[in-house]
Order: sequence, then structure tokens, then C-alpha cells
Amino acid sequence: MRSLDIAYMWDLVPVIAGYVPLTLFMAVISMIAALVLAAVLAIVRVLRVPILDRVVAVFISFFRGTPLLVQLFLFYYGLPQMLSFLTSINGVTAAIFGLTMHFSAYMAESIRGAILGVDRSQWEAAQSIGMTQGQLLRRIILPQAARVAAPTLMNYFIDMIKGTSLAFTLGVTEMMGAAQKEAAGSFLYLEAFLVVALFYWAIVEVLSVGQRRMEAHLGKAVAR
Amino acid sequence: MSCEIDVSGLVKRFGANTVLDGIDLCLKPGERVAIIGPSGTGKSTLLRCLNYLDRPDQGKIAIGDLTVDAAKAGKAEILALRRRTGFVFQGYALFANMTARQNIMEGLTTVRGWSKEKAQDRADQILTQIGLGDRGDSYPSGLSGGQQQRVGIGRAMALDADLMLFDEPTSALDPEWVGEVLDLIRKIADGRQTMLIVTHEMQFAREIADRVVFMEGGRIVEQGPPGQIFGNAQDNRTRSFLRRVG
Ligand SMILES: Nc1ncnc2c1ncn2[C@@H]1O[C@H](COP(=O)(O)OP(=O)(O)O)[C@@H](O)[C@H]1O
Ligand SMILES: [Mg+2]
Repeated sequence: MRSLDIAYMWDLVPVIAGYVPLTLFMAVISMIAALVLAAVLAIVRVLRVPILDRVVAVFISFFRGTPLLVQLFLFYYGLPQMLSFLTSINGVTAAIFGLTMHFSAYMAESIRGAILGVDRSQWEAAQSIGMTQGQLLRRIILPQAARVAAPTLMNYFIDMIKGTSLAFTLGVTEMMGAAQKEAAGSFLYLEAFLVVALFYWAIVEVLSVGQRRMEAHLGKAVAR
Repeated sequence: MSCEIDVSGLVKRFGANTVLDGIDLCLKPGERVAIIGPSGTGKSTLLRCLNYLDRPDQGKIAIGDLTVDAAKAGKAEILALRRRTGFVFQGYALFANMTARQNIMEGLTTVRGWSKEKAQDRADQILTQIGLGDRGDSYPSGLSGGQQQRVGIGRAMALDADLMLFDEPTSALDPEWVGEVLDLIRKIADGRQTMLIVTHEMQFAREIADRVVFMEGGRIVEQGPPGQIFGNAQDNRTRSFLRRVG
């Protein structure tokens, strides 16, 4: 048994830290895109929009029913073989695309549940004063659904941050890719992967604190 | 005087169940009509159809110069009809994410496009009328049942509707809150607001209504001034219903 090379790990910290922005960039962009897409998917399902409803159901089923890694490979290595304009797609774009699709499917289901959790009588009351479907969703239903869904969506954001590490399999040098490269040179795999693990852990912990604060705040607002 | 509200041949089916079986009803301006009858008779469905919360299968609803024909009602007509009819729900149905004041303002700002300031002034007037001048900033969860229902009524009042519809506005309330809600409805009735009210409060109906309509099995069985319906009903079904409810 050998001891950990702490000095090496210490040297790695600034190297890995340099890739934190790329990881966060991929996660934040994917999260924003996934939230928008998920809200649209959820609304299509709740309103039972003819035809589209079926399409969305299949979309959600597929992206929940297959591994994220398989989806990323499909987008990055597979699809360009058929759609030639995709051949120049870079790994970061493909990863953002894949993360967005994958997580929007999950998030759509929790947003849909939260929408359906809003008392049906409030829909009717909004209709009764003459609001259009769009107005009542925007003003009455979605704000309440967002509160209910927020903690779950936050969990998906945390999963998404961890999910960005798969971009390394598409040739992207993000935190995980950087750690892999360093380890391949030094052969100190344990140290390199331990450092990167601690980085993910720290980021997620910071977010968890934010999440708890948010939940306490939402709880207060609802109990008013 | 001609009808301000003219409902003719209204039919509503849920599957094979015909819940409204050809309703004709004419309300003159300022007329206050109470609907009574056994439960499951279609009273709520009638009110809901007048607000298009349930879509009638046949018939016409005319309010002033607006006529909505069930066979060809489009989105715009339905919205126009809803803006002319205020609906008060049995279970209040307040917007939980909004304060009392915002509940009342919502129809004015979002639907009628009023400025926020103007809507706020109007909402404050209404809050005073409903006796909640000091509770405008409270959320529904912080109000008693009676206060919530008064906000529900205030929200409908803000529409300045040609017709107000009350569907058993006190049935969901604890007995201690019934009085204050009835007082408010009485005040609105005194202002000669055209209204249709479904109620189990027979004494109240007798007191405020110009006319009482007895419904059973999706039809209007008998109607007339309260004195006649409660004192000298012609139809056996009316008499037996009134005996049962005491
Ligand atoms: N959404 C619905 N779907 C199916 N049946 C309904 C629905 N709403 C009401 N009904 C039926 O219509 C009938 C009349 O109901 P309702 O108008 O609520 O009666 P009332 O208000 O007089 O008690 C009842 O038999 C009820 O079961
Ligand atoms: Mg009813």
C-alpha cells in the first residue's frame, strides 16, 4: 500500500478549478433550455393537445427509457452519419443538446404533476373571469406549480452537473476529461480522480445549501 | 320589459345522462332569481353552462346584445360571455398565489387591460364594500371561510357583470360564517344586480328573490314569486320538495 501523494493533489487543484467554468456553463445552459422545453412538454400533455400529446408522450418515454450515455453517443457519433450538417457539431454542443433532451423528459413529468396538483377549481375560476388558456397558465397555474416543482427541479440540476462529466466521452476536456489526462501522464489515477470527485462534491454541497434555503423560503411563503 | 338575459332550449348531456333537458329562462334587468330543487337536478350545471364552464350541447344564451349559440360558439364569444357573467363558486376557488386585493384586480388588469393603479383603486373600493378594507394584503390561506367567500364575491363584482351567478355560495361554509356572506349577497341584491342564485337557504330566497324557480330532473317544473312558490305551489313535486326541506 502506498500513501496518497498530497502534494500532487494540491498541484492539481488549480488545474481542475480551471475547468469548473466549462462544467457550470454546460450545466446552466442545459438547465435553462431543459426548463423551457420541459414546461412546453408539460403544458402539451396537460392540455392534451391533439397529436402533439402523443408525440410528446413518446419523446418523454424514449428519453427516460434510455441511458444518457447512449443518447449522447447517438447525438454525437450516430446522427451525423445520417444528417451531414451535424458532422461539424462539437462535443460541448452535443453534450448540451443531449443533457437538455434527457433532463427535459424527467422535468416535464414533475412539472406536469405540479400543474395537475393545482386545485382544478382555480382553473375554472380563472376561466370564469374571462382569462384565456395562456393567461391562466401564466398568471395562476404555473406560478403555483413552479413552487411545488422547484425542489425536484433543483435535484435535477444537481444530477445535470454530475451528468456533464459524460461530455468527456465525447472528447470534451471538462473537469473529468482534465483529470483523466492528468492521470494518464502521472499514473496517479487515485489522486486525480479523488480531486475531481471532491470538486463535484463541493459544487453539489454549495447548491444543496442554496436548495435548503429556497425550500425554507418557499415553505414560509406558502404557509402565509 | 324585455329579457336582459334570455336562455332558450338549453340542453346538456354527460354521456347518456341528460342533465339539462331544455331550459328556458328570461331575466328582466335587475331581476333576482333563486333556483331551488333537489340535489343532482342540474342546478349547478345550468349556472356552469351560462358561464360556459360546461359547454351546453344545444340552445342559446343571450345577454344584452350578445347571443351565444351552443351549436356554433367560438372562443371569442365564450370569452365575451364570461366577461359579462360573474360566477361565485361554492368552494370560493380563490387564486392561492394572490392576495385578496390581487384576486379582485386580476380580472381588471389581465382580462380588461386596466392599468394597475386604476385596478387597485377599484379593488380597494370593493374590499371596503365586502367589509375587508383592512385585509387586502392577506392571502386566501390567512382568511376565514366567510372572508374567502366574500373575496370570491368581490372578484365576481369587479367584472361589473350583467349577470351574477351564485352556486350555493354558503353551502361549504361553517355555520358561523353563513350570516356575513348572506348579508353581502343581500346588499348586492338591494342594488338591483341581475342575479341567479342556487341556494338551500329557503328563508333567504324568499327574502331577496323576485322570483323562485323550482328545478327537478333537468327541467324547470314551476316558477313564480316567492309568496306563491313557498305558500301556494301548484305542482306536487314542488310541494313535496318544500315539505322535505322544511
Ligand atoms: N362533469 C360531469 N361529468 C358527468 N356527470 C356530471 C358532471 N357534472 C355533473 N354531472 C351530473 O349531472 C347531474 C346534475 O349535477 P349538478 O348540476 O351538479 O346538480 P345540482 O347542482 O342540482 O345538485 C348529476 O347527476 C351529476 O352526477
Ligand atoms: Mg350543485
